[in-house]
Amino acid sequence: MLISRVIRLTVLVLSLLFSTQFTHAQDTVDIPAQIAAMGEASLKELGQIVSDLAATGDSSVVPALTALADGNLYLDEISGRVVIQTGSAITDPLTGEAVDLGAEADLSRIRVNNGLRRDISAALAGMTLMSDDPRTRLAAAQGFLAKPDAANLPLLDEAIAAETDANVLSAMQTARAVTILGSEDASIEDKNAAVPQIVSGAGRNAITILTSALATAPDAVKPTIQSAISGLEQGRAVWGALQNVWFGMSLGSVLLLAAIGLAITFGVMGVINMAHGEMVMLGAYTTFLVQLVIRQSFPGLLDYSLLIALPVAFLVTGAIGVGIERGIIRWLYGRPLETLLATWGLSLILQQTVRSIFGPTNQMVIAPTWMSGSTDFFGLAITYNRFWIVIFALIVFFMLLLILNRTPLGLQMRAVTQNRRMASAMGIRTPFVDAMTFGLGSGIAGLAGVALTQIDNISPNLGQNYIIDSFMVVVFGGVGNLWGTFVGALTLGVANKFLEPYAGAVLGKILILVLIILFIQRRPRGLFALKGRAIEQ
Amino acid sequence: MLTQVLFRALDKKAVWVIGIFLAVAVYVPMANLLIPPGQFGHVPTYLVSLLGKYLSYAILALALDLVWGYCGILSLGHSAFFALGGYAMGMYLMRQIGTRGVYGNPTLPDFMVFLNWKELPWYWYGFDNFWFAMAMVVLVPGLLAFIFGFFAFRSRVTGFYLSIITQAMTFALLLAFFRNDMGFGGNNGLTDFKDILGAPVQAQTTRVILFSATAIALALSVLVCSMIVNSKLGKVMVAVRDAESRTRFIGYRVEYVKLFAFTVSAIMAGIAGALYVPQVGIINPGEFEPGNSIEVVIWTAVGGRGTLIGPIIGAIVVNLGKSWFTSALPEFWLFALGALFIFVTLFLPKGIVGLWKQLFGTPRKNAEEPAMPTPAQSADIERGEDPSTFDNPQPRPAE
Repeated sequence: MLISRVIRLTVLVLSLLFSTQFTHAQDTVDIPAQIAAMGEASLKELGQIVSDLAATGDSSVVPALTALADGNLYLDEISGRVVIQTGSAITDPLTGEAVDLGAEADLSRIRVNNGLRRDISAALAGMTLMSDDPRTRLAAAQGFLAKPDAANLPLLDEAIAAETDANVLSAMQTARAVTILGSEDASIEDKNAAVPQIVSGAGRNAITILTSALATAPDAVKPTIQSAISGLEQGRAVWGALQNVWFGMSLGSVLLLAAIGLAITFGVMGVINMAHGEMVMLGAYTTFLVQLVIRQSFPGLLDYSLLIALPVAFLVTGAIGVGIERGIIRWLYGRPLETLLATWGLSLILQQTVRSIFGPTNQMVIAPTWMSGSTDFFGLAITYNRFWIVIFALIVFFMLLLILNRTPLGLQMRAVTQNRRMASAMGIRTPFVDAMTFGLGSGIAGLAGVALTQIDNISPNLGQNYIIDSFMVVVFGGVGNLWGTFVGALTLGVANKFLEPYAGAVLGKILILVLIILFIQRRPRGLFALKGRAIEQ
Repeated sequence: MLTQVLFRALDKKAVWVIGIFLAVAVYVPMANLLIPPGQFGHVPTYLVSLLGKYLSYAILALALDLVWGYCGILSLGHSAFFALGGYAMGMYLMRQIGTRGVYGNPTLPDFMVFLNWKELPWYWYGFDNFWFAMAMVVLVPGLLAFIFGFFAFRSRVTGFYLSIITQAMTFALLLAFFRNDMGFGGNNGLTDFKDILGAPVQAQTTRVILFSATAIALALSVLVCSMIVNSKLGKVMVAVRDAESRTRFIGYRVEYVKLFAFTVSAIMAGIAGALYVPQVGIINPGEFEPGNSIEVVIWTAVGGRGTLIGPIIGAIVVNLGKSWFTSALPEFWLFALGALFIFVTLFLPKGIVGLWKQLFGTPRKNAEEPAMPTPAQSADIERGEDPSTFDNPQPRPAE
């Protein structure tokens, strides 16, 4: 045991000496000759040539070595030249110029094995570690991180001493720490000191690296690694929770948009609008039409078509809502459950109408440039469209809050919600308030439709996918005030995303439904119920 | 005691309805089997199955009418009970396939072999026995309704909230049954049935017998409903519908009355589903669609709720219309259905039966007609919270 270890150590030290310091000394390697020699070399000789070439530190050998590792380096049996062939292009390995070998060329690939490939990549990493380009140096450091080899330690030390870029320095130090932890001759103190560097520098891979190191590490280091791993796992749990919160907020804001219009019509009028989902759908189709018109007539405004669609969709769906209220719902007051049936029938008609006009296939709305792409927020990928929808939902919510609390119409709406007969007696025109409320609710559904074009397909069934969830939000949040809807939507969104990893998407949804059914048993009027002394029915 | 209840239940109208369906149960099979094809009066076999389907729908509509028309509970989840009954029957039929499936496995249905399951899940045990399956047809929907109703009614979940959570219930079941690992055939459901009680499902005589069984079940359902609504309990149910709080203040346990109606109704729906499945030959999660439940509501509304004959007429008429539309003008069916919803709720709140009574009925107060709250009585009830889901005596304008 001990003897084999000693031998291995000696070999290691020797190879270190030879591969770096010693070969560095002789700078007089004839690069073209070495490359030409590659053609006829055996695998063993090839290994020697590779380390010699690497030792030159000359970046001109990089293409040849890369080609060798990738299996693109060929020997022309006729002329004896070594060339690189990529696709149909044949180039010189040193100059990179095209080579014409004539018609009778007979190319045979220069064979490498996996051991040699590893040597080559280590050699390349060593060479690029000293490159002038910080990005190349960073890539090299990351290469060392992925394939730690104690042989590279001196190289890394050298590079660290010369490094000026903070990012690259940290990557190099991490690579060094990983190498130390994995090497067999490093001292316990060094290893213990390496662990924190890995924790801070290796990012998401830290746990994997430490876990694999745990198996081979000496007993004295194990507790350090163990505690580092548990610390990291805790961090990861917190991070995962944060990510879930964000996804949940994103889903919740969509639910909020879809449900908030429903909540105010239900709150004020006690009317269940089953066609609410279709208002969302109509809003989405309005967006589609607006974009179509803009693309044909004003292509310069294409980036703002969503912004233009917002008021248009609000007005279109709001007007349809007022029409529905005056035409159908007005005749059904006092029979709330029948309103449900009539509006359901209406939703069937609206869906079928849209299907006859636009066809059953999905339509597309192109995302404006400022809404496409994503940004990295401390490792959390946030797509701009989701981000803007969250912001938009918040804006709509607070605007509505403002309307309800600071305008005469809002005052009247609240009065009617609390006591319709008394409000009527005080001179509030309740039919007008009803029509306006319904129009407002439908208009907001239209706005939700505009937002949904960015994350969902525009199809005649668009509204149906959201209607049951919206009902859940309203039932859960209660109709006492808008905050109920707000809390309800965000809670459902976040709960959904937290359940998904454990239970799967479908089972998570089922669980949510069951939980809401149970919740309703405890609070039959939702979270924020309207308090009053009128008998509950 | 029982004779008294029966006597009260069998008023002239109920006797007529029951008599008609018993006669149908006898006549249609004879017209199919005894009158040779091509001759006047022959009922082709496909029509027998189609009519059988309508009659099972009629049982479902009657079940909904019991809770909605008489007890004021608008359940949007009755298709769940219907489908659960259907699945219980479907499981029995699956077990009867035996080695005749594609994979020839004697115990496992094809889809389980396909999913590489090794043995039957525990909840499939016993379904090879017809009587066990029939017990489940009654027990599963009944128990679900009992538990669901117990919690819902005890915490006084009413009106819109109840409708929405019943809808959530059927939606949750829809999602659950779509899952392959639930063990109910996932998306494809249960199909490819061979035998029922040893007789081939596709055979003419079996179909005819299934039809008769459905017609008889419908007659029995009418009898049971008639017994319930004509009993004292039935009067309390109507009272709960018209003025729930008042009934509670008088001292009735409203939640138990509702629970009783809801459970009986769910059992009827389950039986309807069990009769439906062998006649159409398939049951899949689509039956749980919330849209289906709402369609049942419209059958009941079209026929006239709060009557026993109304939902039956409604179910048959609407489905005849659906059959005609979907073959003649498929793209207009949804328009027609949607328009029907709006038209009936706006102009025909009492349905066809109500229209009939208005046109041809005698002005005498009928026992079946609900007692309407007088304006004086309802004046103290908040308009928005008016417990009466029924129309008011004079249509109140939107203040």
